[in-house]
Amino acid sequence: MKISPFDSSRPGSQEISWCPGCGDFAILDAIKETLTALQRTPQQTAVISGIGQAGKLPHYIHSNGFHTLHGRAIPIATGVKTANPQLTVLAVGGDGDMYAEGGNHFLHALRRNPNITVIIHNNQIYGLTKGQGSPTSLPGMKTTTQPRGVTAEPLNAMAIAIAQNASFVARSFIGDKELTCDVLRQAVEHNGLAIVEIFQPCVSFNKLNTYKWYAEHCQRIENHDCSDQAAALALALAVDPYPIGVLYRSGKKKTFEEQLPSYRNDDTPLWQRRVDRDALQQLLASKK
Amino acid sequence: MLRYNIVLGGQAGQGINTVESVLVKAFKASGYHIYATKEYMSRVRGGINTITLSVGSHPIRSYSERIDILLPFTAGVVDWVGDRLHSNSIVLGDAEVLPPQISTEHVFPLLWQSEQEKKSYIKQINTLCAGLVAALFNLEYDLLELLVRDEFSDKTESVVTANLDALKHGSLQGEKLKQQQKWQFPLTADTTVRDHHLLNGSEAVALGALSAGCNALSFYPMSPSTGVATFLIQHAETFSLAVEQYEDEIAAVAASVGCWYAGGRSLVTTSGGGFALMEEIVSLAGMSETPLVIHLAQRPGPATGLPTRSAQGDLNLVLYAGHGDFPRIIFAPSSIEEGIALSARAFTLAERFQTPAFILTDQYFVDTYYCSANVSLPQAVEPTIIKTPAEYRRYALSPSGVSPRGIPNYGNGIVLANGNEHDEYGDTTEAIDLSKLMPEKRMAKYEKMIEEALEPELVGADDYTILVIGWGSTFANIKQAVEELNDPRLALLHFSQLYPLPQSVIASLDQAQTLITIEQNFSGQFADLLQRDYCCRIEHRILKYDGRIFSTELIVQRLTEILEGVSL
Repeated sequence: MKISPFDSSRPGSQEISWCPGCGDFAILDAIKETLTALQRTPQQTAVISGIGQAGKLPHYIHSNGFHTLHGRAIPIATGVKTANPQLTVLAVGGDGDMYAEGGNHFLHALRRNPNITVIIHNNQIYGLTKGQGSPTSLPGMKTTTQPRGVTAEPLNAMAIAIAQNASFVARSFIGDKELTCDVLRQAVEHNGLAIVEIFQPCVSFNKLNTYKWYAEHCQRIENHDCSDQAAALALALAVDPYPIGVLYRSGKKKTFEEQLPSYRNDDTPLWQRRVDRDALQQLLASKK
Repeated sequence: MLRYNIVLGGQAGQGINTVESVLVKAFKASGYHIYATKEYMSRVRGGINTITLSVGSHPIRSYSERIDILLPFTAGVVDWVGDRLHSNSIVLGDAEVLPPQISTEHVFPLLWQSEQEKKSYIKQINTLCAGLVAALFNLEYDLLELLVRDEFSDKTESVVTANLDALKHGSLQGEKLKQQQKWQFPLTADTTVRDHHLLNGSEAVALGALSAGCNALSFYPMSPSTGVATFLIQHAETFSLAVEQYEDEIAAVAASVGCWYAGGRSLVTTSGGGFALMEEIVSLAGMSETPLVIHLAQRPGPATGLPTRSAQGDLNLVLYAGHGDFPRIIFAPSSIEEGIALSARAFTLAERFQTPAFILTDQYFVDTYYCSANVSLPQAVEPTIIKTPAEYRRYALSPSGVSPRGIPNYGNGIVLANGNEHDEYGDTTEAIDLSKLMPEKRMAKYEKMIEEALEPELVGADDYTILVIGWGSTFANIKQAVEELNDPRLALLHFSQLYPLPQSVIASLDQAQTLITIEQNFSGQFADLLQRDYCCRIEHRILKYDGRIFSTELIVQRLTEILEGVSL
């Protein structure tokens, strides 16, 4: 096995609590491969997660990390980037984490455009809480808490992101590791918010959306101009098969942090800065 | 102590702030001490808002409800403040806004030679009244002219001229009235006042934060807490601040925690309802041992309550916010000067103890200002961040409970924070030993926090038997009342740090035979806290929960009633 600088030797990393066969393993590998390929160091990287099976990811990687609360990975990752724009910041979570509990943050991150990569492990079910319907569960799917079948429309995060002119929008299926790594590499390299949704089968609770099902229902995007918003939206609205790959790149947009007063002149992290005492005294003097 | 209380009352949007602005500058430049506070309605136009402007020969810190001069700019003002008028109050306003019955004889409608004259001045009635008041207090006319020019400097020349005419007209009326009525408002000028600082509570909190090295702000707008954000945003370029208005309070406080985790020094400003949304992140800061500083400007609840009024009703909210046990520090500044100091201290201690710290103010505190010779900026304390070694453990166990804090990309280590119970590295654990050791480590911080807790301020007799207890913004009002009562049995013990409390509290409470608490909430939340922790019984609770602040007069009255019942 290849040795990655992102392999963790911490005692807590040795036993991974995902179910055997879970798509999260391959996502973890893809993230490590991508960061290694891009020559990022564990010190420069921060992986911010929410809650759920995907939220456990920071424990299995040698990198800065913050395992936070359900739904809050995006604003916390935005805060991390705010404090230090030199960091490579990933926000990871599942479909429940990012689209249900964190739905409002997802929407506003699209507007705000921080230069972070948001990775949504979409298995169309709640795993850690054992099999309830999620915002992306397909209608009719029977679950422990929707025994008569899910009735709500699945959330189409790709279409929402494109409609909102998000700066980078992609979807992949973890069964296509090559594509996933390629998409992740483009996402991390992208200067601005990158949304990457990865279909990832839950082998324990989702008996509908299996590896086989995804393999049959996903198709790589070909001959698509990803700068064409209308074409991208049409792709995002397609469900059978689901187009996978980079759906959309907006034109050049300023990132959130480069527009903050703190970074107009340079990107020195906040911790290296000291208050300008003279300016402070002047401000106080203006209050006479 | 001689002071004159001038009250300006008008509709929102009518511009009483212009009169306030001109008069405050004029009084200050003339060497008079000033104090001002306001009460206002939650509306953009209409309603009734009032500003109480007090002037004196000595520093003024307390709120006195007595009105000496009332300037109503709209109908309804006189009745709105009716219970603050007394037989010597002077009321000056256009006849149309004066009700038929007023509880003072000294009512003087503005004089107009003709309807035409009234029409030409009515738009500048604010400036006219500024001229009128300035004349009553013998303020230099040239000074007023200068200030009015300055006030309208961004307007056209015709607007400036119209206002200068109004100023002149007001001044002449004031001179005339003063001579006719033989009014005198004797004040001694103190030239040092010109060098005093004039800050409100919002500005104090913001300046304290800046001086402690605050470099980020995240918030969601909510009265009365937004003033702090507005002030910092005005100066964001100068101080290179990372400021952002988030989509909701949850995101605002979450971003703040992320910012601290990566080495920033972030401030969150909110009010009770907004803070209610932030609770889970407060708990995350407690568990992940991430510093967090939250300014909470209180207003009456529950729910939307009285959005623009004042209260001390969120102590319990802050004290118990967040699920589970974790240490916290709560400050409630008792003066503008202390607002700066404690805002800075909140940053220092949040960082040192790696836990949430709160600055609990209220609408009265943030909207009140006075001139002060004692404003100073605390020195920034150097960050306690360490350069991480390769084998860095974010939650290394230590007797003090404080682990050296690393941040990403400074040193060879990696920094892993966690909201789940964790091992020393930060990885999630359910191990039985760590499940016990980690809560003990976090709570061990209290020992040092208690040692460093601020002592409450004692005003009055050292050998008191009756102890009045207050906290936060009510300090000057209670102090003034206790001093006026001049009862040898009586002292005031006022708290600016509400949690944790210093050890000395035990002896202070033990000495008293009678305890009286004064709070702006319905139940006596601080009294309950003292009862909970110190086995005392607090029967006398002077409480006010109508959103209006305790005046010195009211405190004197309520204390007198209690003191009469306490046998000598």
